[in-house]
Amino acid sequence: MNYPLTEDERMIQKTVRDFARRDLAPVAIEANEKGVFPEGIYKKLGELGFMGVTVPEEYGGVNLGTFSLVLILEEINAVCASTGVTMSVHNSLTNWCILKYGSEKIRKRFLPSLASGEMLGAYAITESEAGSDVSAMRLSAVRKGNEYILNGAKIFISTGDRAGAIIVFARTDPADRTKGISAFVVEPDSPGFSIGKIEKKMGLRASTTVEIVFEDCRVNADNLLGTEGMGMKIALAGLDGGRIGIAAQAVGIAQAALDEGVRFSRERKQFNTRIVDFQSTRWKIADMATAVEAARLLTYRAAKLRDAGEACSKEAAMAKLFASRTANTVVYDALQMHGGVGYTEEFLIERLFRDARVTELYEGTSEIQRLVISKAVIEEFERTLPD
Amino acid sequence: MKILALLKRVPDTEAKILINQEGTGIKDEGIKYVINTYDEYAVEEGLRLKEKMGAASTVTVVCVGPEEATELIRTALAMGADDAVHVCDKALERPDPFVIAAVMAKAIKAEGFDIIFCGKQAIDDDMGQVQSILAEMLDIPQVNVATAFEIAADAKRATVRRRVEGGDEKVETSLPAIISCEKGLNDPRYASLPGIMKAKKKEIRKKTLADLGFSESPGEARSTILRWLPPAKSSGCTMVKAEEMRDAAKELVRLLREEAKVV
Amino acid sequence: MANDILVFGEVRGGGIKKITKELIGAARRVSAAAGGAIDTALIGAGARAAAESLTGYGLRKIIVAEDEVLARYSTEAYAAVLSDIVKRGAYSYIFLGATAMGRDLGPRVTAKADGVMFSDCVDVRMEGTRCVARRPVYSGRAYIEIVRSGDRPNYISIRPNNVAPAEPSGGGTPIETHASNVTRDAIRAIVTEIFPLEGGRPDLTEADVIVTGGRAMKDKANFKILEDLADLLGAAVGASRAAVDAGFAPVAIQVGQTGKIVNPKLYIACGISGAIQHLAGMRTSKVIVAINKDPNAPIFERATYGIVGDLFEVVPLLTEELRKVL
Repeated sequence: MNYPLTEDERMIQKTVRDFARRDLAPVAIEANEKGVFPEGIYKKLGELGFMGVTVPEEYGGVNLGTFSLVLILEEINAVCASTGVTMSVHNSLTNWCILKYGSEKIRKRFLPSLASGEMLGAYAITESEAGSDVSAMRLSAVRKGNEYILNGAKIFISTGDRAGAIIVFARTDPADRTKGISAFVVEPDSPGFSIGKIEKKMGLRASTTVEIVFEDCRVNADNLLGTEGMGMKIALAGLDGGRIGIAAQAVGIAQAALDEGVRFSRERKQFNTRIVDFQSTRWKIADMATAVEAARLLTYRAAKLRDAGEACSKEAAMAKLFASRTANTVVYDALQMHGGVGYTEEFLIERLFRDARVTELYEGTSEIQRLVISKAVIEEFERTLPD
Repeated sequence: MKILALLKRVPDTEAKILINQEGTGIKDEGIKYVINTYDEYAVEEGLRLKEKMGAASTVTVVCVGPEEATELIRTALAMGADDAVHVCDKALERPDPFVIAAVMAKAIKAEGFDIIFCGKQAIDDDMGQVQSILAEMLDIPQVNVATAFEIAADAKRATVRRRVEGGDEKVETSLPAIISCEKGLNDPRYASLPGIMKAKKKEIRKKTLADLGFSESPGEARSTILRWLPPAKSSGCTMVKAEEMRDAAKELVRLLREEAKVV
Repeated sequence: MANDILVFGEVRGGGIKKITKELIGAARRVSAAAGGAIDTALIGAGARAAAESLTGYGLRKIIVAEDEVLARYSTEAYAAVLSDIVKRGAYSYIFLGATAMGRDLGPRVTAKADGVMFSDCVDVRMEGTRCVARRPVYSGRAYIEIVRSGDRPNYISIRPNNVAPAEPSGGGTPIETHASNVTRDAIRAIVTEIFPLEGGRPDLTEADVIVTGGRAMKDKANFKILEDLADLLGAAVGASRAAVDAGFAPVAIQVGQTGKIVNPKLYIACGISGAIQHLAGMRTSKVIVAINKDPNAPIFERATYGIVGDLFEVVPLLTEELRKVL
């Protein structure tokens, strides 16, 4: 892709691309096939600085911005979306939350371990009755002395059973639907913390997705992020970064699928013709490639706005909406180009197809993204009307 | 210890090499340039030696190359090298090994050194001469095609394994010396993110030929390339047939040895 | 004299290495067109004995340097001796083998002599009054033909197995002793030990040569015939997915997209159909040899060389024939 990058950005991209292709790819094939979490890879990623991308140097990070993170996530996800989502949640959500809203004590305690990759991060918002409708959450957090007692459960938490620091959103004030939620950093060795169901998923099989059960789970009051009642604000602000991360994931998957489609169709011959030489294939390739570029540029744009400190909720939602849709259409077309063999595990496209689907579902469904976008567009329009 | 690592900017091994229309060289468009693969082993070995010897040791990268080589030098700095010398001059566009060696010798003498690592050859011209010519110019011993390296306790000697036909030789050399590196010597580290950030502050000493003290050209070309030729084109599969299967096997062996030259 | 050629030969175990005869062959062809005498220099233990075996090759003289200091190769000693010999003989061309020794020695002597060197050539010939060398560049993705400018001594190293070796031509050749004055103290880098190539197979993903078996292997035990071939070639052994699934080989040696991706110089596919799944794992192989009973197997479209036949017949024959020449 022809995009002006700085020397640093090119070097970052080269390191992560080389690492992804040489070190991650072989591990990914086996991990995804067996449904095993590749723990060792996160330590290596940590050593290279990829687990603390936006964390300041004083806490052991590299102090880079969202744009650099996007470059990194795209390359990682092109090889393994499971590693990609684990890294995305860890960097965009956990690290970010603790950095922005944790006390200095909490930051010092968690960020160095997270940045080095020794500790993994997770992010727990979703409940069985609270998916898109976040404020319907019922996990309760009751203040008792210098602790909060948590009761309830979270579901679909990536890395929940492997993380050393989990950002948990719980209701501290049952009366106030939106301002009654608070955010905490919870450690897995807290009394009353246990892992429940471990999901068997269509894709992202080298990442874990679990239920976390809180039964009179005791969390130190120091672990409160921000102040009581700030939970919703934190969640929404975090989502911008999270969505950009998933958009980058979708772009990576889409690019990988496009490459697989082109590669395969150049080699496969039927009727004495390479599949790639049929015009119908060529038109598909043109549309796929254009969509991937557009998705990438939307993602870049949102990232740059975020790095400039500007509001980017609409742009992040647009990137996530479009990139996730693109990933799904591109994997579909690329699989079609493979014909029957694309349906077997012999080829990478089969995994890319399964992995792509979730990008339209998590970190805000496409329906939610549309709500965010349309609301922003209409408000922008209304601001242009005379009083 | 002052450790030097020599670096050359070359086209990527995956690059599609096509001869240009005029027949004077290869087509430049679309070619990605990287650090010569064998020089990566050199940088890595230099870094390992530095780690072994301790804080007082430094690794300096020396590169004779165009402006665009800066990014590659920066990558070596991101791997952990301390600083660099970059000799960049318009007069050095298509230099031959003697010119490169002469220029490097001047730059290196000015730097001072205890040991020099470099790649066994550059993957563009595949000449593999610069290191030996340089060794002669600097009047130091050389050990080529190193597959293992170990410094002696007194840091005045080193033991090097070098690859020859049918096995390895163990060579003991006094230092300073120049060691050219072969694949398998080590596994070059990645330029980590922290390394990339630190590299921004590291010094690259840029020198022109004049800066090095060359009042005139460091040497004229000692050879002329008459023509460039593409490799022999493959035209589908050669089916090897014969009355007796043994003769077919014999013919296949002959083709593999004499035509394909892979055995 | 104007076009005299010195061939630097290599000695092994009291005899002459094959490359030496190839260099003499190349020198003969050049001298036939350019005129000029051909001498050969041999250095090191067994040099004199080796010289005796070269006296029937029509050389003008064979120069031998043999003493304790020179017994084993060292860059500095050999470079000093050779550059001495070259200076005395005022040779215009010096041919060496592009071997470990030649690649180490050539440039150093060239530097001493302030000459010019063409490394790793695949052909040398006269074009008019110029000696033209052809050599691969960019790892063989292009070739250049190159001549020296001016008349510095031209060192040319030639790749083994690329030019035809000289045949004996009768007659006698005088052997001349060259007294070397190199002392042990002058040598700063010295060979202390020699390790022959270790046994054991290379890693599949790094191997230069790979021999792979497909479902047609029929049994785990039959892989032995592939292993024999692999041992001879210093190759790794691989298997197709079909062979692995059928239990004929462990998954660790499976070649394919979901197995190992390999990148060898030579890939010998035995009883492999060449379905696209397998090709994904070895598509970057430089040379592919396909052995299959089925003349319509798709692998033949991808192979460089193909033999239609029963692998149980062909592979052992191939191993035997290779053993004769290696």
